[in-house]
Amino acid sequence: MAGMFNSSVGRKFAMALSAFFLMLFLVMHVSINFTSVFSADLFNEMSHFMGTNPVVQGLMQPILIFGVVFHFVMGFILEAKNKSARGVSYAKNVAKDNSTWMSRNMLLSGVVILAFLGLHFYDFWVHEMTIKYVEGDMSGLINPDNAESGFRYYEELREKFVSPVRVGIYIVAFVLLALHLLHGFNSAFQSVGANNKYTKALTGFSKVYSIGIPALFIFIALFHHFTH
Amino acid sequence: MKLLLKIWRQKNAEDKGGIVEYPVDNVSPDMSFLEMLDVLNQDLIEKGEEPVAFDHDCREGICGTCSLYINGRAHGPDTRITVCQLHMRSFNDGDTIYIEPWRAEAFPVIKDLVVDRSAFDRIQQAGGFISVNTSGNTQDANAIPIEKENADKAFDAATCIGCGACVATCKNSSAMLFVSAKVSQFALLPQGQVEAHDRVLNMVKQMDEEGFGNCTNTGACEVECPKGISLENIARMNREFIAASIKG
Ligand code: HEM
Ligand code: SF4
Ligand code: FES
Repeated sequence: MAGMFNSSVGRKFAMALSAFFLMLFLVMHVSINFTSVFSADLFNEMSHFMGTNPVVQGLMQPILIFGVVFHFVMGFILEAKNKSARGVSYAKNVAKDNSTWMSRNMLLSGVVILAFLGLHFYDFWVHEMTIKYVEGDMSGLINPDNAESGFRYYEELREKFVSPVRVGIYIVAFVLLALHLLHGFNSAFQSVGANNKYTKALTGFSKVYSIGIPALFIFIALFHHFTH
Repeated sequence: MKLLLKIWRQKNAEDKGGIVEYPVDNVSPDMSFLEMLDVLNQDLIEKGEEPVAFDHDCREGICGTCSLYINGRAHGPDTRITVCQLHMRSFNDGDTIYIEPWRAEAFPVIKDLVVDRSAFDRIQQAGGFISVNTSGNTQDANAIPIEKENADKAFDAATCIGCGACVATCKNSSAMLFVSAKVSQFALLPQGQVEAHDRVLNMVKQMDEEGFGNCTNTGACEVECPKGISLENIARMNREFIAASIKG
């Protein structure tokens, strides 16, 4: 068992597990974000809950951070090993005849997502951590001294989507996430050994997921941008 | 047909090597690709030059020896064939054709277009077999009932000819299609069960030690495999490997 993760198949298995975890996380994330489209109150309530609940903050958040870091570090390790498995490259190679662009560029799409995650961390996470744990304001209110001022989350979200540049970056990142998932979703099932009579049906669902989830994120961004 | 061949020439394993151009004339569309190279070599010999070394044996698509990367594709432009089954009618007059050896650290070039594929032999020796008692009381294999579906899948896996096109074409130089075919061929049959646990662990271990890359499920191998070995075999090998690792 211990030796498993030192093997090619084992590493791929671990990669797929981290990817499954991230894909579940995305569903949760987009669901919460989507409430902002129809109810500022519901969005505020959920954000406040996620931002202050000790289980979410103390347990789920560290697992998530570990999951993301594991995924991209493992991604880099695997890619480096794969690069070194071919010392001399072909003078002529027509890869497009036998594989998709997405499948060959997981590192590229991954790095763009990673760059976006950096920005996202700076925008939301560092901001949240500063208010909550540095300044010690756990109230979640616009004005912590005035209980009537209401929660700040919805307003802050709207604020982020005013800038067309930010929205542009947001869209690019999510288009690349879609491309990452268009290959990654099925690939993860193959990595854990699930390729059977359900695979065909799963391929259909994977397209819905891979395009649908990023499209929802983009929709939410555009919605706030244009209704501000 | 008139063609411009751009062929990888390399004196020996240590030589750096490089592409050399050979214009050829009078190529018949009915020639096989290997015959076209035979004619080129005849010319080179007559001119006192070193002929191009390339691997070939059966010339009927069953031995897996012929191994050329032609115009950016393993075994050339057509699918489900080996190089010896490729004919010049698949090309056009005036074409430039790149001819390169399989590229993988685990398949070092010996000379020109010939690579050393003994890594595959070592993987096979690590577990690609069954041990049968031959003392005279061996059960007749035909007397063991096997589900038709499994028999078919085992047979399909067993058609792998060990050519290495999967490795050559994979962007990661991964040998997973080959190894998974060899694992599956036994995993699906009752005769293979006795050694199933050790087989998958040992073969994957050997594969990793040889320096093949990690599969990223691009599926290029399945497209280029002359025998159409399915990616399902890789999933089966992953299942077997994960289960065997957890059991310890
Ligand atoms: C929420 C974000 C992300 C999700 C949902 C996600 C999802 C996935 C999935 C499903 C796979 C396929 C796993 C497999 O084949 O077993 C995968 C592979 C990969 N991911 Fe991500 N990913 C994300 C972020 C990233 C980031 C930030 C990077 C940074 C470099 C990255 C790099 C890679 C690479 C290189 C692979 C291919 C590895 C391989 O197939 O061996 N991913 N990802
Ligand atoms: S799996 Fe296909 S491409 Fe790979 S060695 Fe076997 S026959 Fe050749
Ligand atoms: S020479 Fe035997 S398969 Fe081509």
